[in-house]
Amino acid sequence: MLAHLPILQVIVPLMAAPLCLFLTRSRLVWLFALIASGLAFVISGLLLQQVMESGTIIYELGGWEAPWGIEYRIDQLNALLLLIISALSTVVLFAAQTSIEKEIPADRHTLFYILYLLSLAGMLGIVATADAFNVFVFLEISSLSAYALIALGKQRCALWASYQYLIMGTIGATFILIGIGLMYQMTGTLNMYDLSQRLPEVENTRTVFAAFAFVIVGVCLKLALFPLHLWLPNAYAYAPSIVTAFFAATATKVAVYLLIRFTFSVFGLSFSFTALPLQLLFLVLGLLGIFVASFAAIYQKNVKHLFAYSSIAQIGYMIVGFSVSTTTGLMATLLHLFNHALMKGALFLALAAVVYRIGSVQLSQFHGLGRQMPFTMAAVVIGGLSLIGVPLTVGFVSKWYLVLATIENGWWPVAVLILAGSLLAIVYVWRIVEAAYFKPPLDGRESLNEAPLSILVPVWILVIANLYFGIDTRLSVEVAQAASQSLFGVSP
Amino acid sequence: MSLEIMLQLSIILPVLAVLGIVATGSKPDLREAVTISTSLVLLYFVFNLYQGVKQGESISVQWWEILPGLQLSFNIEPLGMIFALIASFLWLITTVYAIGYMRGHNEQNQTRFYACFAIAIGSVMGLAFAANLFTLFIFYEVLTLSTYPLVTHAGTSKAKQGGRIYLGILLSTSIAFFLLAIISTWFVAGTLDFKSGGVFDADVNPVVAGAILVLFIFGIGKAAIMPFHRWLPAAMVAPTPVSALLHAVAVVKAGVFTVLKVCVLIFGVDLLAILPTTQFMLYLAGASVLLASLVAMRQDNLKARLAYSTVSQLGYVTIGALLATSSGVIGSSMHIGMHAFGKITLFFCAGAILVAAHKSKISEMRGIGLQMPVTMMAFLIASLSIIGVPPTGGTWSKWFLLLGSMETEQYVIMVILMISSLLNIAYLLPIPLRAFFPGTETAFASSGIKEAPLPSLIALCITTLGCVVLFVYPQPLYDLAKAILVIPG
Repeated sequence: MLAHLPILQVIVPLMAAPLCLFLTRSRLVWLFALIASGLAFVISGLLLQQVMESGTIIYELGGWEAPWGIEYRIDQLNALLLLIISALSTVVLFAAQTSIEKEIPADRHTLFYILYLLSLAGMLGIVATADAFNVFVFLEISSLSAYALIALGKQRCALWASYQYLIMGTIGATFILIGIGLMYQMTGTLNMYDLSQRLPEVENTRTVFAAFAFVIVGVCLKLALFPLHLWLPNAYAYAPSIVTAFFAATATKVAVYLLIRFTFSVFGLSFSFTALPLQLLFLVLGLLGIFVASFAAIYQKNVKHLFAYSSIAQIGYMIVGFSVSTTTGLMATLLHLFNHALMKGALFLALAAVVYRIGSVQLSQFHGLGRQMPFTMAAVVIGGLSLIGVPLTVGFVSKWYLVLATIENGWWPVAVLILAGSLLAIVYVWRIVEAAYFKPPLDGRESLNEAPLSILVPVWILVIANLYFGIDTRLSVEVAQAASQSLFGVSP
Repeated sequence: MSLEIMLQLSIILPVLAVLGIVATGSKPDLREAVTISTSLVLLYFVFNLYQGVKQGESISVQWWEILPGLQLSFNIEPLGMIFALIASFLWLITTVYAIGYMRGHNEQNQTRFYACFAIAIGSVMGLAFAANLFTLFIFYEVLTLSTYPLVTHAGTSKAKQGGRIYLGILLSTSIAFFLLAIISTWFVAGTLDFKSGGVFDADVNPVVAGAILVLFIFGIGKAAIMPFHRWLPAAMVAPTPVSALLHAVAVVKAGVFTVLKVCVLIFGVDLLAILPTTQFMLYLAGASVLLASLVAMRQDNLKARLAYSTVSQLGYVTIGALLATSSGVIGSSMHIGMHAFGKITLFFCAGAILVAAHKSKISEMRGIGLQMPVTMMAFLIASLSIIGVPPTGGTWSKWFLLLGSMETEQYVIMVILMISSLLNIAYLLPIPLRAFFPGTETAFASSGIKEAPLPSLIALCITTLGCVVLFVYPQPLYDLAKAILVIPG
C-alpha cells in the first residue's frame, strides 16, 4: 500500500469526483468530497515523511519502465507542494458546505464538488508526475474544471471573468504543449529525467531555445506573472468565495512549481540561467509586479480585487527569490509558496464568511464589521499582518530569507525594494482595518451576527497556522532547505 | 522561585493578565484590581531580579529557535534592568492614575484599554530582557501593534488620522530600515547576540558598518530622531495615561534603549568611534534636539508641547550613545530614568488639568495654580528635572552628557546641549509660573475648579517625589549605568 502512495495521491480525488454523481444529497456529497480531500492530505503527509527520510521516490505507472511508461517522481520539492495543495484544499472544503449555500444554486452543488475534486486531482497530478506530456494532461484537467468553477459565480460578470481566464489559460497551456512537443522532437522522450539527460546534447539548437521560450511564457501566463496577470483579478473576484480561497492558495503555486521544475530539473541550471538573460528578466518583472500590483491593490474598492492584486504582488516576491538563483533565494521562494498559501487561504476564507453574512465584499460595506463580526475581522487583521511580514507571522519568515538571499548576492537595492514593497501592503491592509473598525455600522445592519462556526473554524485553523508556522518554522524551513539544496545538486 | 522563572513570568504575567482583565470587564473595580495586583507582582519580580543582578548573578533563559540560529532568548544586563525597573514601577503608578483619569473623563472601552496596556507592558519586559536583536525586534513590533488601539482609543477621525501616522511611521521605519539593518548585521557578523564590545570583527569594512549604523538609527523610529519623529506628536490623541506611560516612558524609551544597546553591544564603543557615519548621526541627533525644542516653544497645546519636548530629550540619549565614551553611555542610561520620571509627571499634570478643568491649551492655564496648587507645584518640579537643575534628578544625567561631549571634544554638541537647556527653560517654566502668578490683566475666574481625582493626584505626587529622590540618591541608577560597559561576555 505504502509503495503506491504516489499514484494514490492523484487517483483518490480523481476517482472520487465521478463517484459524487451517485450521491444525491448536497450534504453527503460534501462529506464524501471532504473525506477524499482529507485522504489526499494524509497521503501527502506520509509522502513528505518518506521523502525526507529516504530521498526521492520513483513510481512506475503500471510497471512500465521509465522512457516508455509514465513515471511519478516525488522529491522534496513536489512533496512540499502536494502537502500545501491537499492541506489547503481540505481546510477550504470544510467551509464549503455553508458558504456555497448562499452563493451557488442547490441543484449545482454536486456539480461544484465534482469540479472541485477534479481541479484538485489535476493540480496534484501536475505536481506528482515526472512526465512532461502528463503535465499537460493534468494541466488541462485542472484548468477546465477551474473555468467551470469560476463560471459558477453568482454575478454575471463571473461568466466574462471565466471566459477571460479560459482564453489566457488556453494560450498558456498551448504554449506549454508546443514547448513540450519541440522538446520531444529533439530528444524523443517525454520523461523529465530523461529530458534533462538528453537536452544538453542538443542545447545549442534554435529548437531547444524555442521550446524553452514557449514553456516559460506558457507557465508565466498560468502563474500570472506581471504583465501576464490580467486574467487573475476578475477570476478571483467573481468566482464563488470558496473557489477563490482554494485557487488563491493553490493554483498559482502549481504554476510556480512548474517554472522551477522546468528551469532547474528539465533544462538544467546552467542552460536556464546562462542561455537567456532570464535572471535579469525575472528580477525586473518580479519587482515591477510587486510595485504595480501593490499600488493597484491600494486603489481597489472590492476587497476580493484588493487581495487578488496583492496575490500578484506576492507572486512577484516568489519570482524575485527565484531570480536570485541561489539556494537561499530558491528557499525563500519555496517558503513563500507555503506561507502565502496560508495567508491567502485565511484571508479569502474570511472573505467567504463576510460574503455569507452581508453578500458583498465592497470596502464600503465593511463599515462597522469590526464590532459585528469580531472573529472574522480579527482573522483579516492577522492575515494582513502576515502579508505585511510582521514578526511571529509566516510572512516574516519568507521576508527574512528573501532579503537575506538578495543581500548574500550583494543586491542591496533589491533588498531595499522588497522591504519597501511591504510598506505598500501596510497601506492596503490598513484601508480594510480602518473601514472595519473606525466607521459606524451601516443603516439597517445593526443586528448582524458573527459568521457561522462552520466557516469560522476553518478560517481560524488557517490563522493559527499563520502564527504557528511563524513561530515554529522547523517543518517549513527544513523542507524548503532540503528541496532547494537538492535542486541545486548540493547533497544535503 | 528561581530568578530564571521570574524573568519569564515578568514577560508572560502581563499577557496572562489580559485574560483576567477581559473576564472581569463588566465589573470595573475587579478589573482594575486585576491590573493593580498584576503590576504589584510584576514589580516584585523585577525587584528580585534587580537584587540578583546587583549580586552579580547572570540570569538568562532560552526559549526556542524561530529560524535556524535565531533564538528567542533572554538575558538580563544592567541597561535592561534599568529599563525594566522604570517601566514596571511606572506601570503601577500609571494604573493608579488611570483609574482616576479614565473614570473622571468617562472614557469608553476601558476594558480594551487596560488589556492593550498590559500587552504593551509585557512586550516592554521582553524587549528589556532580550538577549539578541532578533528577540528585541519581535517585541519591538508587538509593542507597536499593541499600542495602536490605545492611540486610536477615541475612535474619532482625528484618532484614526493620528493612528495612521503612528503606525505608518513606526512600522515603515522598522520594516524598511531596522529589519534591513538586522539582516545585514546577521549577514556581516553572523550573530545577533548582544555582546560586550560588539559583534563585528575588528577588520569589518567601515563603510558597510557605517551604513548599517545609519539604518539602525533611522530604523529605530521609536527613538524619534528627526525626520522620523512625527508619530510622537500624532500619538497625543491617545488618553493621557497612554501618553504618560507609553509616549513618555515605555515606547519612546524602548526606542532609545534599543539605540543604546545597538551602539554599545552590537557595534561596541571602540568601533563606533571610528565609523565614518557616527559624526553625521551625532549632528542629526543634535539637530533633532535643537529643532524639536524650537518647535515645542510654538505649541499652545500642552500635550503637543510636551511631545516635542520628548523628541528633544530623546535626542539627548541618542547623542550620549553615539558619543561612544563611558560618560556618554552613563549619561544616556541615566537620562532614560531621569527623563522618564520628569516627563511622566508633566503628562500626569496635563491630564489632571484636562480632567479637572477641561483645558488643554497653555494660554488658558493662567492662574490655574491657584485652584490646583498641588498639580502645578508638581509641574514646576518636574520641569526643573527636564531642564536639569538641582534639586532634581535630571541634573545628573545632563552632567554626564556634557562631560561626555567635552571628553570627546564635541564642542558643537556641547553647545547644542546648553542651548537646548535654555530652550527648555523658555518653554516649560512659564507654564507653572503663569499658573501661579497670572498677572492682573487676565485674572483667572475661579469657576469651581478643583484638584483632579485623588488617585491621579497621588500618582503624580509619587512621580514628583521620584524626581527629587533621584537627585539625592542616584547611586543605584549610577551603579547600573556604569556596569553596562563592563559586563563580561
